[in-house]
Amino acid sequence: MTEQPPFETFDHTADVGIIARGSNLAEAFANAAKAMFSLMVDLDRVETREERRVEVDAEDREGLLVAWLAELLYMSEVDSVVFNRFDVDEISDTRIAARAFGEPLDLDRHNPKLMIKAVTRHMLQVEPANGGVQVRVVLDI
Amino acid sequence: MSKGWLKSLEKVDDYRWRLPASYKPGMRVPGLIFADERLLRTMAGDQAVEQVANVAFLPGVVRYSMAMPDIHWGYGFPIGGVAAMRLNGGVVSPGGVGFDINCGARLIRTNLTEAEVRPLLDRLADQLFRDVPSGLGAHGPLRVNDRELDDIMVRGASWMLERGYGAPDDLETTESRGCLAGADPATVSQRARERGREQLCTLGAGNHFLEVEAVEEVYDEAAAQAFGLEVGRVVVFFHCGSRGFGHQVCQDYLEVMEKASRQFDIVLPDRQLACAPIDSKPGRDYLAAMAAAANFAWANRQAIAHWTRGAFAHVFGRSADELGMTQVYDVAHNIAKVEEHRVDGQSMRLCVHRKGATRAFPPGHAEVPPRYRKVGQPVLVPGDMGRYSYVCAGTERAMAETWGSTCHGAGRLQSRGAAKRSLQGVDIIGRLEARGIVVRVRNRGLLAEEASEAYKDVAEVVEVLDRAGISRKVARMKPLAVIKG
Repeated sequence: MTEQPPFETFDHTADVGIIARGSNLAEAFANAAKAMFSLMVDLDRVETREERRVEVDAEDREGLLVAWLAELLYMSEVDSVVFNRFDVDEISDTRIAARAFGEPLDLDRHNPKLMIKAVTRHMLQVEPANGGVQVRVVLDI
Repeated sequence: MSKGWLKSLEKVDDYRWRLPASYKPGMRVPGLIFADERLLRTMAGDQAVEQVANVAFLPGVVRYSMAMPDIHWGYGFPIGGVAAMRLNGGVVSPGGVGFDINCGARLIRTNLTEAEVRPLLDRLADQLFRDVPSGLGAHGPLRVNDRELDDIMVRGASWMLERGYGAPDDLETTESRGCLAGADPATVSQRARERGREQLCTLGAGNHFLEVEAVEEVYDEAAAQAFGLEVGRVVVFFHCGSRGFGHQVCQDYLEVMEKASRQFDIVLPDRQLACAPIDSKPGRDYLAAMAAAANFAWANRQAIAHWTRGAFAHVFGRSADELGMTQVYDVAHNIAKVEEHRVDGQSMRLCVHRKGATRAFPPGHAEVPPRYRKVGQPVLVPGDMGRYSYVCAGTERAMAETWGSTCHGAGRLQSRGAAKRSLQGVDIIGRLEARGIVVRVRNRGLLAEEASEAYKDVAEVVEVLDRAGISRKVARMKPLAVIKG
């Protein structure tokens, strides 16, 4: 990988897209999750006090990316927690098992930003890039 | 812009543009775009018109794939898209409804004048900001158990009324009386329930808002009078939907529909148009879950109306009744509904998808409340937080041409990022305050993304539809206080 950042966001009319990269699929998926939470809160203000196991299956890599992010979004919304670190223990084209680290959402401390409604399949992409993997997904705001 | 569709568009009249079915092989019907030349140019910036063409591929689509002047790029369908499908052989697509199922708008009038509200505006804004939670991590004042949530899914707004959250008249002035038939809690996932459970009576974030406004101009006296609106009158306008509940229902069914599209061999130019025949199991299940989410949204807006009235009563020291806080109307603008329409001179039941489009039924229609039957259904059209919003009324022409549908708002002009960049260093709150608008917002960063510059001018949008005969302008309101997530 060259100088490219691990993740960045791009404009999409009413919503926000993210591009995340990694030297392999696991790293790219972890960075995509970081990108998503970076839109919601300041990641460096989140402390690692809780660990959650996440396991999802899908029919293909693109579907897996959507399922992975949607699962994290669901956990975050229902339990009011935010994450800033993701350790992927196992990944294939159709299954991911990982641990997400973070803490309960603290409106005073985390500098809450966007509220994400859902993970879309719009412009969805998982592809090899620069010897690693690059993923692209648009989030509904 | 060298967009292919620009060359293919045929001008029907000053406000109608036809995109012939020959534009893209696979289109079953032509596209029809409502816009003047100026608004048409704003559409060149994204893929919205391409999406109008894509929707025309869907099996069972009748007559046209339509777009209102506020269209912008969505997922599968454009936001501002309208398409009706035959029940027999036609499809239903979650992409034609959107993630925020039954996102909609509600307008409540008051007896108060701007002069009476001004001195208490800050207190009122504080109270509303407290009583109607918004933004990330917001929890509503209501706690419901599983059985109650099931009831809400089936019964919608009336569930709230039975618990005393609202005035008896509210149902009559709510589209479909705040309840879509056919909702089935068994088609809704546990996750949707969990996401929705604590979010009743919350506003959300993004473009959702609650505003205290004053009527500044009336265009149609008879309709305005029927709606209880006159110049100087203070009203409350809010915009929100089914919260995490609906978002999850859509997320769940996109996956179901992906499989269904393959199973039924439906050829789609865009995976986001994933759909299933209306009379198939996945189609029926989606419609039942969508109805549950729509009912959740109506219950949510009903609760917000109740807490809004409470905030006014508290601040002004008079009951909501004494303040004359009756509801003007509540409309959905993200929904698929089975409705009766005329096709080639015959009455026919169709599944009308309105994604970022509002129902606009004409005078005399049985679904228009008796008190409005002479003037037509109120159509609520929010603008942006700096300028103004409109109330319009439905027309016969809309019924004949657009399946009784019109626009839903201003429509975005700039992306969130572009708006933020172009407004860097601009004090948005200060700018609004200088114009006498009080702002309460949880996430200040959001303001630039939602500033006037990010939106088309809603005045142009409603003007085009007024001149095209699709919906009549009734009144314009200006914001006094803005509450956002």
